[in-house]
Amino acid sequence: MAEHAPVLIVLSPLLGAILVMLTVRLGSVAAWVIALVATATSASAAIATLGRVLQAPEGVIRYQLGGWAPPMGIEYRVDAINSLVTIAIAIVGFLSILYTRSCATIETPSKQPQFYALLLLLMAGLSGVTLTNDAFNLYVLIEICSLTSYGLIAMGTRRAVLASFNYVIIGTIGASFYLLGVGYLYIKTGSLNMEDIRGMIAANETLAASATIEVAFVLMMLGVWMKMALFPLHGWLPNAYAYSPTGTSAFMAPMVTKVMVYVMVRVMLGVFGVDYVFGSNWANVASVLATIAIVAGSVFALSRRDIRRMLGYLIVAEVGYMVGGAWTATQAGMTGAIYHILSDAAMTFCLFLAVGIIIHRTGRHRLDAFDGLFQKMPLTMTLFVIGGLSMIGLPPTCGFISKWYLVQGGIEAGQWHFVVALLISSLVNAILFFRIFERAFFRDIEFESLETHHDPEKAATVLKKVPLSMFIAAAIAAASLFVIGIFNHNLTTWIRAALVNLNL
Amino acid sequence: MESLESTLPLLACLVPLLAVPAIAAIGERSPNVREGVTVLAGIVTLTLVVTMLKTVIDGHLLRFTFIEVLPGVAIEFRVDGLGILFALVASSLWILTSIYTAGYMRGTHEANQTRFFSFFAVSIAATLGVAFSGNLFTLYLFYEILSLSTWPLVTHHGDKEARGGGRTYLTYLMGTSIGFALPAMIYTYIKSGGSLDFTAAGVLGQSLTGMEASVLLLLFVFGFSKAGVMPFHSWLPGAMVAPTPVSALLHAVAVVKVGVFCIVRVFTGVFGIDLLSELDAATAVSWVAGTTVILSSLIAMSQDNLKRRLAFSTIGQLSYIVLGVSLLSAHAVQGSMMHIAMHAFGKITLFFCAGAIFVASGKKYVSQLGGLGKAMPITMGAFAIGAMSVTGVPPTGGLLSKFYLVWGAADAGQFALLAIYLVSSVLNGVYFFPIVYAAFFHPAPEGDPPVKGIREAPFACVFPLFLTALASVLLFFFPGLLLDLTRLIAGAG
Repeated sequence: MAEHAPVLIVLSPLLGAILVMLTVRLGSVAAWVIALVATATSASAAIATLGRVLQAPEGVIRYQLGGWAPPMGIEYRVDAINSLVTIAIAIVGFLSILYTRSCATIETPSKQPQFYALLLLLMAGLSGVTLTNDAFNLYVLIEICSLTSYGLIAMGTRRAVLASFNYVIIGTIGASFYLLGVGYLYIKTGSLNMEDIRGMIAANETLAASATIEVAFVLMMLGVWMKMALFPLHGWLPNAYAYSPTGTSAFMAPMVTKVMVYVMVRVMLGVFGVDYVFGSNWANVASVLATIAIVAGSVFALSRRDIRRMLGYLIVAEVGYMVGGAWTATQAGMTGAIYHILSDAAMTFCLFLAVGIIIHRTGRHRLDAFDGLFQKMPLTMTLFVIGGLSMIGLPPTCGFISKWYLVQGGIEAGQWHFVVALLISSLVNAILFFRIFERAFFRDIEFESLETHHDPEKAATVLKKVPLSMFIAAAIAAASLFVIGIFNHNLTTWIRAALVNLNL
Repeated sequence: MESLESTLPLLACLVPLLAVPAIAAIGERSPNVREGVTVLAGIVTLTLVVTMLKTVIDGHLLRFTFIEVLPGVAIEFRVDGLGILFALVASSLWILTSIYTAGYMRGTHEANQTRFFSFFAVSIAATLGVAFSGNLFTLYLFYEILSLSTWPLVTHHGDKEARGGGRTYLTYLMGTSIGFALPAMIYTYIKSGGSLDFTAAGVLGQSLTGMEASVLLLLFVFGFSKAGVMPFHSWLPGAMVAPTPVSALLHAVAVVKVGVFCIVRVFTGVFGIDLLSELDAATAVSWVAGTTVILSSLIAMSQDNLKRRLAFSTIGQLSYIVLGVSLLSAHAVQGSMMHIAMHAFGKITLFFCAGAIFVASGKKYVSQLGGLGKAMPITMGAFAIGAMSVTGVPPTGGLLSKFYLVWGAADAGQFALLAIYLVSSVLNGVYFFPIVYAAFFHPAPEGDPPVKGIREAPFACVFPLFLTALASVLLFFFPGLLLDLTRLIAGAG
């Protein structure tokens, strides 16, 4: 059984999704329970896989789907990095489903089973993307993620439909670029297995120097950058997360862009190889793009009044962090980028969950929702503060640790523009969050404008009644910021060992 | 030096933190019990610090390693002479300030007193954390916690002015720590090959050029802007919107001294005095600090608001310390460390007096203080002693640290900088003694209601300022402990 753990990570949400649709007549509670069980199974399989990876020789295990050997069959290649990412996907998925129960009954009352089924499919797609060692299979799984995301986003408010359509257009273009790139690679190498391709590029200098390979590389990068919303290809993201249902944004915001960042790292190190990628002329371009993304994302975030749009632009900046870190071509920078996949997932998750509770309870979605909240919802507000401090990058939260590695990588690579952008973004985040903390601390809440009631006392009690399942999920997310931060040493050691194995 | 594993430094930091839930739970229901908890926590903390003191004087180091966070860098406590000296000052003054705060906050009927006492305790825990930090990372960790936990204290009144002051406060402190100190720290980490520990020889070895070291030093000096070195000093006068006990303990002692403490640590522990003199890297810092000393004294003279005048005086005195350590001579470094303690007692006395005057008479401006010596003889007497100590007039402790600073400047052959010390001392006298003179020998300003007899502030306010003034005098006659502790670090004969 244990040797099948890698495929169980993907299969259990996939089968869960099917089961949810088969039992749709049993009602939303049954769907919720099935989804919880499926994600819990996926999480335990992911943790078991990590355990095996750490004991495996060279820290890598391979799993051949259906027993078909590569290069014909599809193979999963699991090392410490992607097993950590799958753990993050599964745990974030579990907690979002736990969290969604009470808000889904209000936001999407008639479509709850469908919502859980799509969310499970999305999880299956994301885990598959993370694990697979086959460039074409990766494309198929990306499409699974995209199609489910479109549906999940469109379940939101009326404007969500347009946001989803935007995402369809940009997402499809991005995926097509990626597919074109894979096509070129296949023409040149005759293989779709990532390690196979890497071996050929490394062994054959004329192949590595050919324009076709370079075009393939650029196309694949562009495709992935669109999917991860790297500025200026970010247009779809802020609206998609602002208008989608709370549960959707709670899961998608932390995981989807982050998994695409992992795909970028995988394409860089796994398909083309360190020597090819960092020997090319594109390293500088990517690093400058990342710098622009960080600054632009932070500045746009500062000027937004809608809370979730603001967080969306913060994600755009954070994507810049990771792209820039990966392209420093240093071990510290790459470690920072990968560690940031985990830590940013945790802190975005924490923030979106806390904000979800606040929007849910106050009925407001602009910054004025925070007025006076330290008096009325002190616990939820504390969780939000923890997320904010981690975004700013204060020790001992995980945001500090990732910033440390990223800055270290930037300095070692001599990419000072990237270092300065990181520091500026931290300062902008500080302004951004303390502006909110100040509102929450000093302003008085205006009960009159609350949707709930004109009666202040009633409104106050509504505010206090945060559903326990929502609060628990958010509290776990907030606690994880400290845990990942203080006990990061194991994580970064594993990540570095895996990077050494990929020749970095 | 032998180092011993010990959980005492951790406990000393935890005790104030553990008091927070108790303070919050008791709340407004029973203010006396709540303040009792604070004072009790203070006494326990002080006892722990004194327990460690004996071991440190015997020449041992106390260590406690919590967990390795970055390769080669752990969250780690390490208690040496300088750390224990600072902890001793902070924890003893916390007790006095708690008593004073009780009197002041009730005298002025402040709201949200529970929140105030809670965050005050957190601030003290962070201050002790800084004092006991074993490496630069741990130092930075507690430095940032201190910035955050003092923000609600600065903005305590919650009105527009307080929020504005709070914004300036955080913008300066966090902006510089993230913008300057953090990259400098990471650069140090890279150059030292993965170590941020404090050792007398420094961790950097021969890896830096003179230019790099100068720039790095400046980044640290500006990055730890709690030290108020110009041009990153404006947060300090802005923070005077806080209630006076905050100004007294935090902005005369804990917060600002944390700033200079960090700078002293960077000079003596990260770079090492020998390396810096070899590279001749501290000249820029000397002149920046020297300029701050003179400019802030000049600005202080023009301030009519008493607390603002004290704030600018603080900025100048902090730069005394920075200037002293940047002279790189053993006596000057020792003088700097002593000045951390001497100035703490002198300046807290002055702030206590300013608060007591406000509570008793509602006066905030220097020009209103004429004739006040008759109504408030104890307060104004203490004010005179505090002013003497800050200026460096015998028989007060301030003279000794200034003596060492000047001695060190002469050792280093920096006579221009030596002149700065002397000129500035004269300026200190010029902005302090007219206040004292007017209080005792001038009539009250016209329009004041006539006051008959003595009208002091409540006992809880007057008693602490009497004690701190007394301490300033006693430190002149019995400086032995201070000399021993600072000699351990500075390595002077």
